[in-house]
Amino acid sequence: MALPDVTTYPLRLASPLALFFGAFFAAPLVALLALSLRGAEGGFGLSQYAAFLSDGFSLGVLLGTLWLGLKVTAACLVLGLPLALVATRAGGWVRGLIILAVLTPLLTSVVIRTFAWIVILGRQGVINSLLSSLGLIGTPLRMLYAEGGLVAALAQVQMPLMVLPLMTALSRIDPSLWDASEALGAGRWRTFFRVTLPLCLPGLIAGAVLTFAAAISGFITQSLIGGGQMLFMPGYIYQQAIALQNWPFAAAMSVIFLVAVLAVVLAFNALGRLARGYAQT
Amino acid sequence: MPCSKIDAAGTATVTPSGARNQAQGQSHGRTQAEGRSVVLDGITHRYGGAIAVENVNLDIKGGELVSLLGPSGCGKTTLLRIVAGFLRQSEGRVIVGDQIIDALPPSRRAVGIVFQNYALFPHLTVAENVAYGLAARGAPRTEQAAEARRLLDLVQLGHAGARYPRQLSGGQQQRVALARALAIRPAVLLLDEPFAALDKNLRLDMQIEVKRLQRVAGVTTLLVTHDQEEALSLSDRVAVLSNGHLEQFAAPTTVYDAPESLFVNTFVGSANAVPGVLLGQDGDGPRIALDAGGEVVARPLARPIAPGARVTLCLRPEHLRLTEGQEGIAGIVEMALPLGPTVVHEVRVGAGRPLKIAEPRLGGGSLRPPGTPVRIAVAPGLASAFPAAA
Repeated sequence: MALPDVTTYPLRLASPLALFFGAFFAAPLVALLALSLRGAEGGFGLSQYAAFLSDGFSLGVLLGTLWLGLKVTAACLVLGLPLALVATRAGGWVRGLIILAVLTPLLTSVVIRTFAWIVILGRQGVINSLLSSLGLIGTPLRMLYAEGGLVAALAQVQMPLMVLPLMTALSRIDPSLWDASEALGAGRWRTFFRVTLPLCLPGLIAGAVLTFAAAISGFITQSLIGGGQMLFMPGYIYQQAIALQNWPFAAAMSVIFLVAVLAVVLAFNALGRLARGYAQT
Repeated sequence: MPCSKIDAAGTATVTPSGARNQAQGQSHGRTQAEGRSVVLDGITHRYGGAIAVENVNLDIKGGELVSLLGPSGCGKTTLLRIVAGFLRQSEGRVIVGDQIIDALPPSRRAVGIVFQNYALFPHLTVAENVAYGLAARGAPRTEQAAEARRLLDLVQLGHAGARYPRQLSGGQQQRVALARALAIRPAVLLLDEPFAALDKNLRLDMQIEVKRLQRVAGVTTLLVTHDQEEALSLSDRVAVLSNGHLEQFAAPTTVYDAPESLFVNTFVGSANAVPGVLLGQDGDGPRIALDAGGEVVARPLARPIAPGARVTLCLRPEHLRLTEGQEGIAGIVEMALPLGPTVVHEVRVGAGRPLKIAEPRLGGGSLRPPGTPVRIAVAPGLASAFPAAA
């Protein structure tokens, strides 16, 4: 007799996790939703949402946050895809070394990692001292408390979330497909765009979603590297809830943020489904 | 087509292979490029320090189908990858037509390859797979589609253009791979164990199909295989490789009937290798006294051997016959295997390995039960003798 398929284990095995999620995820979410519907002068309604959506500053913060997420995702993709390609094609210790290098940031405390970036990017930091001692710049470049530095720091932290799914997808590609493409007259770039990229798209989408989600919610990095001048949604929500004790408004902001992020994630997935590489299992 | 500057290859345009005389290329509405000659000139390849292929010389005429035959690890796949350009040989030259192609990357060699696992692009339709090489050459879309359609018709898959490779059977996938390789009108077609993944009945059909397409296209073809039957049945000539060395390069019947080495004799077809001593040569040929008793006249020696030296004599099962008389080598039947058209007996002779004897059943080769004492007659002038391994 055949063993039961591993995917058909009784549902009750999942019940402890379901309870946990119910108590600590679904219930607070419902509470959050309820809280967000409370008006400023009592009563229930959508006034908090209206206040957020009609406020140019708040909308700017929301869009800025999503834009930051896209930039970090793009940076991770541009830097991570070649890395994943090299790691997949190289075997043995080279591959191990790359994985280790990519994983190391994950194993370091986020605060320590962020302070390291401050040391690198600061006015008297490593980059500025190097550039000015070479005589390339007169006055220190402003990288800390600027968005470029923030994108770099976030991209470094989120890199494994991009590289690991990409490596999984790339290693599933039959190497003889590359040979076949070349033998049929396609150069390296054509092979990359017509064969490699479509076939690693599932991993690329997964990596992009993970990177994006992690980048826009990276509160500590955003606050320390971004400093006071740049405000993103996590910091903004924190400000409203903790400093101003405006809980209903913070709750509404959280819900709007959640919906916006879900929309972006769905857009990523739709992009993937458009390309047919996704259909391949 | 430019005239060849290489002596051996120069004959290619003058004497096309017999195959192309029957080609139906014209009936398909285009003039196919004449198959170009391929010369492997002193190819040696080392991986690190290990020699994979050593000083292999092959001179392949235009339109010829040549098999690279050998066990795994003999270097045949290395040679294929060198011709395709995936590997750069350590020494030697690859010449296609009158051009040395060593410096060209795979994408500019005009080499069509059918991979062992077919390597079809899973995210492209069958028609897009076939058109891939044309798209890479910048052909207009309408031409790509028309050409893909023509080639799919040629491999009898005209109806399957819109499907994806995973929706096709193994044999169909192979035909798509073949159509894709032929679409670029390759100067050379390389087939890497293309039939290994097919079951036996389908394999024969596909072998006939490939042979037919190769003739239609008139393309010079290199077939890598470890299957000697496949090599013998499909090839114009067979190159037998062992441990990176070319053992013999000749027509299939020559390789089978007149093997030049013990390896070729035992790898191609089956052979009973029996020890003996060379007595000398006379008008009939070399005479060999077998350790198991009896004397055999072999075919002329491939390389000279001093009289009195120990030799290994290769007796093919069909060279042997069971007799009732008192002549021949005495033995006892160990096993009788009726194999449809033939019957094979294993007969113990002396202390060595039992001899296999194959006789046609129609010719009176009846089954003899185990334990029957028999005599074995050897057809003269067919067996091959080689120096005994030290």
